[in-house]
Parts: sequence; C-alpha cells; structure tokens
Amino acid sequence: MKLGFSPEEEAFRAEAAAWLRSELEGPFADVRGVTSLVEMPERRRDWEKRLGEAGWSCVGWPRAYGGRDATLAEQVIFAEEYARAGAPPRLNHIGIELAGPTILAFGTEEQKMRFLPGIAKGEEIWCQGYSEPGAGSDLANVRTRARREGDDWVIEGQKVWTSLAQFSDWIFMIVRSEEGSKGPKGLSFLLVPVDQPGVAVRPIHQITGEAEFNETFFDGARTGAANILGKPGDGWKVAMGLLGFERGVSTLAQQMGFRNELDAVIAAARANGEARNPLIRQRIAKAEIGLRLMRYGALRMLSGAEGGTLDPAALTYKIQWATWRRDLGELAMDVLGVAGETVPGHDYAFPLLPNLYLHSRADTIYGGTNEIQRNIIAERALGLPREPRGDLR
Amino acid sequence: MHFAFTDEQAMIAETAKAFFAEQVTSERTRAAMAGTGVDDALWKALVGELGLAGVALPEERGGAGLGMVELAIVAEEAGRQVAPLPFLASLCLAAPAILAGGTDEQKKLLPLLAAGDLVASFAMDDGRGALLAPHGATADLYVLSTGDGVSILQRDAPGLSVVPLTSMDQTRPYARIEIGDAVPDPLADPRAAVAAALATGRLAIAADALGGAQACLDRTVAYAQERVQFGRPIGSFQAVKHRLADMMVAIEQARSAVYWAACAIDEGSDEAQFAVHAAKAFACDTYSHCAGEMIQLHGGIGFTWEHDAHLFFKRARSNASLLGTPDWHREHVAQLAGLDRAA
Repeated sequence: MKLGFSPEEEAFRAEAAAWLRSELEGPFADVRGVTSLVEMPERRRDWEKRLGEAGWSCVGWPRAYGGRDATLAEQVIFAEEYARAGAPPRLNHIGIELAGPTILAFGTEEQKMRFLPGIAKGEEIWCQGYSEPGAGSDLANVRTRARREGDDWVIEGQKVWTSLAQFSDWIFMIVRSEEGSKGPKGLSFLLVPVDQPGVAVRPIHQITGEAEFNETFFDGARTGAANILGKPGDGWKVAMGLLGFERGVSTLAQQMGFRNELDAVIAAARANGEARNPLIRQRIAKAEIGLRLMRYGALRMLSGAEGGTLDPAALTYKIQWATWRRDLGELAMDVLGVAGETVPGHDYAFPLLPNLYLHSRADTIYGGTNEIQRNIIAERALGLPREPRGDLR
Repeated sequence: MHFAFTDEQAMIAETAKAFFAEQVTSERTRAAMAGTGVDDALWKALVGELGLAGVALPEERGGAGLGMVELAIVAEEAGRQVAPLPFLASLCLAAPAILAGGTDEQKKLLPLLAAGDLVASFAMDDGRGALLAPHGATADLYVLSTGDGVSILQRDAPGLSVVPLTSMDQTRPYARIEIGDAVPDPLADPRAAVAAALATGRLAIAADALGGAQACLDRTVAYAQERVQFGRPIGSFQAVKHRLADMMVAIEQARSAVYWAACAIDEGSDEAQFAVHAAKAFACDTYSHCAGEMIQLHGGIGFTWEHDAHLFFKRARSNASLLGTPDWHREHVAQLAGLDRAA
C-alpha cells in the first residue's frame, strides 16, 4: 500500500499543470472557472478539440484510439490538475466517461476505430438515451422500438433526461429490438446520429433555470446496421456494463472538481464570519473528511481494479458522492444566509454555491436514485433477497 | 501510488483474520468480561504463535519491523471479534510512546512488551480529572502523561494506587491511577512520546472500529437473511435493506479513512495529522451507527445480555470516547482546513 507518487509521476504532474496553465491563462482564459455544463457551448467545443489535439483528452485510453496510455496514477494526477487549474466541466463528458469506455469494452475493432478517435479529438459529442417517460428507475421497461429495414435500424419512440443532446452529434441508446419482448430481454444497444430528420430534441428547463437535459423524439430515425454494440438482444448486458463505468472509474475527475466547490464554501464562511460558528465548523469538517474519503475511496477502488475486477465497494460510490454534494449545497446556503437566495438583475441564474444547492438535488436521482443504489448494494454486495416485481406494466 | 494491500499485507490480513476468528469465542470473551477483561490464552497466542503483537516495533526492539498499515490490519481483525486484549493499551499506546520518547534504558522494556512478558497501559490527563488507564488493572507498568510531564511508573511503585473500575465495555475495563507520592521515571522526549502514542493509538482505535462495524454489518445481514416475519425474510424489506446498505456505504468510507491514515503516517505525509483526526472521527461514528443499527435490526433479542450485539455497542462507545470524541477530532480538522485564517 502506497499513496505517494514517484518522481516520474510528479514530472507528469508538472507537465500537465504547465500545459493547463498556459492554455487557461492564454487562449482559453474565457472558459477558466466556468462551472455550468451549458454555458458558452461553442467555446467548450473548441476546448474539447484543443485537449484532443494536445493528447490530453482521454489520457487513459490506448494511443491507437487517440489516448495517451496513461497509467492509473497519471489519470488521477491529470484529473487533479484539471480541477486545480479551474478548467471547465467537459462538454463531452458522456462521450469520454460513458460512451468511450463502453465502446472500448464491447465494440468491435472497426467500431473502436470509427468512434473512439472522434471522442478523443473532441470532434464528436455524445449523449445517453436511456430513460423514458415509463422507464426511470425501472430502466428495463423501455418502449422505444428499433427494427431492421435494409441496411439500417429504424427507431420510433421517446427518450427523456438526455443531458446535452442539444450539443450532441451521437446518442447511444437502449431500444426494444424484439417485438413483444418484455423487461431486460429483447433490448439492443444502438449508436445513432443525432443530426437527422427523424430526431427532434426539445430542451427541458430544470429547477436551476438552466436546460442541460432534453426530451428526445425518434420518428423514423435511422442508423447503420453496423452501429450496434454487442448482438441484437445484448442491450441490457451492455447497458449494465456502462452503469458500472458510471459508478466506478469515470467519476473520479468530476469529484476532483468538488474541491473547488468546498473551497468556495470555506471562503464564504471565512468572509462572513460563519467560520467561527462551531456548528458550521463541524459541518465543514465533515465535508472536508468526506471529500478526502471520496478521493481515497476512488484510489482504493481503482488500485484494486488494476487486478481486473471491481471490488463490490465500488457499488457504494455513487450514493456517497451524490449525498456528499447535496449536503454541501445545504451547508453552502446555511453559510450564505438570505444573501445566497438573491441575485442582481432579471435572469434566473444563480452563482456557483446557490446553483450547487439546486443542482445537487439531481445528483441523488440521475444514474440511479439513492434508493435504487441502496437496492443494488443490498442485493449485489450484501446478497439480500431481490425486490419482488409488481405486474403493473 | 498503489492504494491496495501488497501480497504480503493481504497475507497478514488473512492470517490475522483467521487467527481471531478461530480463537475468539463468545464464551471465552464472556469469561474474560467477568474477570479481568483479558482473554489470557488469546493474549498468549497473539504475542506467541501469531508473532504480530509487536507488529510496528523495530526488529531490534523485539517487533516485526512493519508499519502502521500492518498494525491497522491487526487492530481491524481484533476489533472484528471485540477481542478482550491489552493490545491497544500496551502495544499501540505505551510502546510507541516509549519507542519515540524513552531513554535507552526505558527502551529495553520494548522487547518485553512485544513478547507479552510485561503489559503496559497508558493514561493521559484530559482535563476531566481522573487518570483512566485502559486495561489498567492488569498492567505491570504505565506511561502516564500529566501536567508534570510524561513518565513511566511501575505497578508496584511505592505510593502508586491502581483502582479497578467497573467499566461499560468489559472487554476494555479502566483502572483509575493515582500517582500519590510514587516517584516517576520521566521519558527523555515527552512531546515525541505523546505524539507517537496518540497517532498510533488513534489509528488503532479507528481500525478496531472499522473491524467492529464490519462485523455488525455481517452479522446483521446474516440475521436478516434467516429471520422470517410476514412470511418473508426481514432482509427482503427495503426498510431493512436500505439501512444495511447505508451501513456498508459508511464502512467503505471508514476503510478508506483508516488505511489512508496508516499510509500517511508510514510515508511521513503532510496529511498525516489530518488523516488521523479524520479516521478517528469517521470510523468511530461509523461503528456507533452500525452497532446501534445492529441492535435495532435484531429487535428484542439484540437488547439481551445473551446476544453479542451489546459487546459491539459498548466497544463502539469506548472507541468513541477514548482519545477524543468524533466532534473533538472534527474541530481539529476544521482548524487544519484553515477556517481560522483571516478571510
């Protein structure tokens, strides 16, 4: 067991930090410190491309697909330096953290060569088509249908909560490809271009006032027969593999960004005197401890996963960070007081901390609610009996 | 950076786990509780055949020459069984104090402690009045930290009085030490001695809490699988499942905390102090929570003397109080996080 980094790893850190600094103090100074996912989308696309050109986009991927072959330690270092440099959230985070790793795990060589470099170069932005109006926590209840027609799949139906679809070039989705099938059987995992007449994207405004996610309608949308991951009917298996990524490795970078949010809470508390309030001190200390435990939990999980299997402890990760961040949002508002509930001007657009308070309510819902996470932990890690299914479908 | 056990550490963990699982039984522990709070046969086996009692003492001092990660492993496995042992008092508090701050003469005690030929305890004046030494009644000597300094006192020193106290956790009973006019043998470097004792002792308590919390979860999961009400195992109800899942979420964080702190001390990291405060606070809170849930989810049987749930519940309380409560440690985290720097 060893936590320290080697001189070579520290040299990698210096290189990454220097590059990030030169870009974010130079040509990309305008996106530095931006925390919203949807602000300045064109500049964010440029940033994705710049990262890709310089080989800093998907550092853990093989070089053959546009990555950097970075070791685990180097991936951790880059994520930390990325957050420390005030670099903005990745517009293509779904491509980088979800689509890419799934294609790496389940794709054919042709699919990998076709799709991975586009993600790594920042040229193709991705979104995720899982949830539907009737398939939320019960994801296997998807009704969007796909049928083969010549060399294409033709898709009819609706997805919802498709984050960043308005900026996306591709969507990966689970669809029902076997007529009359039910539940996890008869599903397929398709990769579908967004910019086509059969796809309509309608933004949904969320409680923050922003519109990060969308309803996405499919009316005769098409994709090539080759754009399926796994075989027809394997969709559930592929999708569940992906949820593994979502819970596991991929969120490390995101959590490194939480440091900046906690720092903002501490700065606010020191500025307005709440840092002397013993109750606030306890809560800030809890947040500090929780943040470290997320970092070391991630390192423990990733170090363990180098042996090839993800420890069941990885199942606890989503609920841990989601709950931490929701608590931080509440702490932030208690530190700010009434002032935190107001903003000058007419736009319903709050700065970092009040926005965190609102935004973090989504964290305990998307990617599997805390309640679903608890079921998963109880059933898969602890071996407790499965939840009985009802018959109202 | 590789935050996972090495093969050697995994082997130590396996060995220690099997050792305590085999040696510690409810019957023997209850006999110890009714007596001195020590399972003598277990203690002899730990210092003898297992060879891991002095895990973090240097080899030339009779130890195994390993580090805090290995010490935490042993403490975790002992904690998993609520082992009634003076391991904490003698080898995680008194021994590190003597090693870090003792005179050459005093350090000659260390091989005797590692071999179990002598047992030491440690007590610190925490401003609440009494000097309370864990497993103090069965100790041969004491490292005592008071306003007058840090010293060693032999149990038979003329004038010293040791008063055994009925203690809530009977697997770790306290004795009150009254120095009276006994003549103390001062340590050479009291600051180093106290710092080492507190860091090692707090880490060991956190690791004990981790093992205990995990045992609470494991035993409660097993019970929830077999106990049937309303025609279903109670573990099939979400009201129960979700509470068990929450225990696991906390325990996995406690595990990260304990081994982070152990590594940070071993590697001389700047974060070591922060990490020890974090681990002590988080792991003790987790244990208290899990032991409470264990009683609740067992229902009436969990409240009986006969069931072992109260052993965990009481050890959890002992761990929380000894060497700083979770709130106290969090206040130190708040200071280390820079809350008192000018805005």
